[in-house]
Amino acid sequence: MTGESNGNLESCFKIPEIKFTKLFINGEFVNSISGKTFESIDSRTEEVIANISEGDKEDVDLAVQVARQAFDNGPWPRLPGSERRNIMLKFADLIDENLEEMAALDTLDAANLYSFGKAVQIHSGAELIRYYAGAADKVHGETLKMSRDLHGYTLVEPIGVVGHIIPWNFPTQMFVMKVGPALAAGCTMVVKPAEQTPLSALYFAYLAKQAGVPDGVINVVTGFGPSVGAAISSHMDIDMVSFTGSTVTGHKVMEAAATSNLKVVSLELGGKSPFIVFNDADVDTIAPLALTACLFNQGQICVAGSRLFVQEGIYDKFLNKLLEEVAKWVVGDPFDPNVHQGPQIDKKQYDKVLSYIEHGKREGATLLTGGKPLDRKGYYIEPTIFTDVTDDMTIAKDEIFGPVMSVMKFKSIEEVIKRANKTKYGLAAGIMTNDMNIANTVSRSLKAGTIWINCYFAFDNDLAVGGYKSSGFGKDMGMDAFHKYFQLKSIATPIYNSPWL
Amino acid sequence: MSSESNGSGVESSFVKIPQIKFTKLFINGEFVESLSGKTFETIDPRTGEVIAKISEGDKEDVDLAVKAARQAFDHGPWPRLPGSERRKIMLKFADLIDKNVEEIAALDTIDGGKLYSLAKALEIPGAAEHLRYCAGAADKIHGDTLKMSRELQAYTLHEPIGVVGHIIPWNSPSYMFAMKVGPALAAGCTMLVKPAEQTPLSALYYAHLAKLAGIPDGVLNVVTGYGRTAGAAITSHMDIDKVSFTGSTEVGRLVMQAAALSNLKPVSLELGGKSPFIVFDDADIDKIASLALQGAFINKGEVCVAGSRVFVQQGIYDKFLIKLVEKAKSWVVGDPFDPNVHQGPQVDKNQYERVLKFIEIGKKEGATLLTGGGKLSNRNGYYIEPTIFSDVSDDMTIAKEEIFGPIMSVLKFKTVEEVIKRANATKYGLAAGIMTNDLNIANRVSRSIRAGVIWINCFLDFDIDLPFGGYKMSGFGKEMGMESLNMYLHVKSVATPIYDSPWL
Repeated sequence: MTGESNGNLESCFKIPEIKFTKLFINGEFVNSISGKTFESIDSRTEEVIANISEGDKEDVDLAVQVARQAFDNGPWPRLPGSERRNIMLKFADLIDENLEEMAALDTLDAANLYSFGKAVQIHSGAELIRYYAGAADKVHGETLKMSRDLHGYTLVEPIGVVGHIIPWNFPTQMFVMKVGPALAAGCTMVVKPAEQTPLSALYFAYLAKQAGVPDGVINVVTGFGPSVGAAISSHMDIDMVSFTGSTVTGHKVMEAAATSNLKVVSLELGGKSPFIVFNDADVDTIAPLALTACLFNQGQICVAGSRLFVQEGIYDKFLNKLLEEVAKWVVGDPFDPNVHQGPQIDKKQYDKVLSYIEHGKREGATLLTGGKPLDRKGYYIEPTIFTDVTDDMTIAKDEIFGPVMSVMKFKSIEEVIKRANKTKYGLAAGIMTNDMNIANTVSRSLKAGTIWINCYFAFDNDLAVGGYKSSGFGKDMGMDAFHKYFQLKSIATPIYNSPWL
Repeated sequence: MSSESNGSGVESSFVKIPQIKFTKLFINGEFVESLSGKTFETIDPRTGEVIAKISEGDKEDVDLAVKAARQAFDHGPWPRLPGSERRKIMLKFADLIDKNVEEIAALDTIDGGKLYSLAKALEIPGAAEHLRYCAGAADKIHGDTLKMSRELQAYTLHEPIGVVGHIIPWNSPSYMFAMKVGPALAAGCTMLVKPAEQTPLSALYYAHLAKLAGIPDGVLNVVTGYGRTAGAAITSHMDIDKVSFTGSTEVGRLVMQAAALSNLKPVSLELGGKSPFIVFDDADIDKIASLALQGAFINKGEVCVAGSRVFVQQGIYDKFLIKLVEKAKSWVVGDPFDPNVHQGPQVDKNQYERVLKFIEIGKKEGATLLTGGGKLSNRNGYYIEPTIFSDVSDDMTIAKEEIFGPIMSVLKFKTVEEVIKRANATKYGLAAGIMTNDLNIANRVSRSIRAGVIWINCFLDFDIDLPFGGYKMSGFGKEMGMESLNMYLHVKSVATPIYDSPWL
């Protein structure tokens, strides 16, 4: 059985004061025009952390107005790349300086593990800002040798005012993944953090101003999807919207872009990624990896390896190791450094995951471990493993976004490729084998945008991540994400008396 | 007044009208009737008469074509061939087009009212050249290896995106076909092409040539029919991986919406424009007036990049207008087969009536009619006089909306700042022309105009290697150039740990 952590942590850990609760528009923290607020909930206790300003269409209009002014007439797009770089480097430094407070906010708000946030996540957020800062002064178009006496070249220009709609599962990562490249490109933006996790975005806005990002360049409008999010995706004066979230909402975002001003859209959506273990895999190292691939962040990660395919030769051995590992998996207060899994983000997700677990039981999968919520306050669910899952079961098809693993047995390579691809999603995949030919064949055969061979969640600033099929289009991270925030202008003019073309 | 060509009849004394050989849908390597058996008429805009009856495809035919394309993509040879073999077949395809240039040019002339001499000398050979350009790219598809920040080996694979739906317009049937099919073929995709219902003939001919060239069955399918049926079936299809659309902004919206509501297929859109043609005081009046005329009237104004708003600086305004009117006089409207003609008929009755309506609006709103202003008096067919309005103000309908006909609006301006602002005051952003020899004006204005293609001292100067596409509501995505191949490829990142490597 999984472990639970005892007691609450307040005695060991000081919960930070919530400093920023209002919309950030044109360099100022302001109440929403309606004056309304909404509650941000602590999913460990189901209690209110703070009341946050609730933005709506009118607030988005204001934010877009200032972002437009900042783009069309302000300094940011006109600075040399090196100056944007310097300001962004300062921003990154400020993030590092406030690392503990920011990690605490993400733990309170999103139940990210505090120890992980403090040791890794917040700093890697700062590092991603530094990565893009270093790209800001390396923006290259092309000169083109034409087929007749013409001088042709392309200019790479910032696309304009960008709307970022970011999800709640990794508030810091999501903020920097979007804001980083857009800032470096010289764009201005309106950020809508998820209503479940508004706190760190507002903190980032404050730090950005301290760093010297000019007013109007970064604006944060907190609020709900159907009001603020919809206002952004349908806004006539936003040039591009970058969305990460569910596939269902992704459809709505693209539709709104289409019926408004045909703004460019990029979508990072859901997944049901296969984690494929071949007979030659090392069970001792791969079983823990498989567990992490599915359970990390309470399963609330788009690239979760939620379908575990194990080749029949090592199937039994692998399951035994999984059971052994899951017994050490501790569910509890995410501030506790001994905990591996915190609570689900909110009641809605909690209920949804539990209902999927019931589906799994009802449809006849074998419940190997878990399957119930924890008997305590907060949205805690046991890590749950189903075996004897068939491809047509709901738990094998739908994205659950919770700590629920489906294990399936397979025989041959051809078979597992077919089954792994039988999904509308195409976000990521893991391939566990040391056989080079299997690795090459399978990596090329899987219809997914990110393939991890003998690793999982191997993110890197320079490695672009993005989906195929209904997992969306467009990349985050890497230089591909940087290029998203530009548009290409072609220029041609005749040349005379040129020695050659 | 513009000149008309004398033509005794419409039947060509100039060129033998070809027999229409291909009138059915092309699916999986065969010409087949639509499942419903229905047909529609394709009309000759020189006369308003029926050229031929063409099979009318609908959703069920699109489904069949997608099935064939899916099979060809998932299991057929085309995506699995080395790039060099796709190149070979595409080069053969290009050669067959050149061999049949006269027949195809005649088809585009009777179907779309295009100038026969231009089609024969430029457009169809241009389409063949476009295929050759893309063929040469097929074996040069590169991803990246990435030096990671820890012991990981990582690289990107550029993979063909899958089954593509191409929806092409009627204004340049051959060139539009090549611009879309070329890069998609080179990338290893399979596809359905829906040519515009006004101009189905050359697409079907190309399908025939493609098969002769050796393109495997199912790789290239052509479903003729209407936008509301066949086009909509494509944009909302759950098994098409990408749609590439060229057409009006209104329909572009519907295309993107359908993609959003169906399977989130990525979309590229080449839409309308109201492109500014800006003439500064130092421009060579004679040369640039000719260019302005070309820019507004070529292909009877049925060009997305038409320079339909001609901004002339006040210093040369009067002289320029005189030149424009003078040159308009020698602009000949008539049978597009006649090599002396500059402008054929509008593509169909709809467009014809629409353009005439805009002319009336221009007159009503108080613009000054300098020349033209109506239909050609003494002949049948959808012929309109090349029309120039001056004293046009920015808020007039003819200055704001895309007319897609031989109508030029001339507007006066004073300063650089002013013309930049006015040129940008449009929801469109396709192209712009800047006529000046002053380096600083050229640089400043080219960077200030929010449009995807800027021509300095030239206009409509396309090149296969120059990426083409719009800003703002003129769409997104690029055609031509190596950028166009990226539209038919998607990027897969692959990472794996490395051990005992001498460095990262």
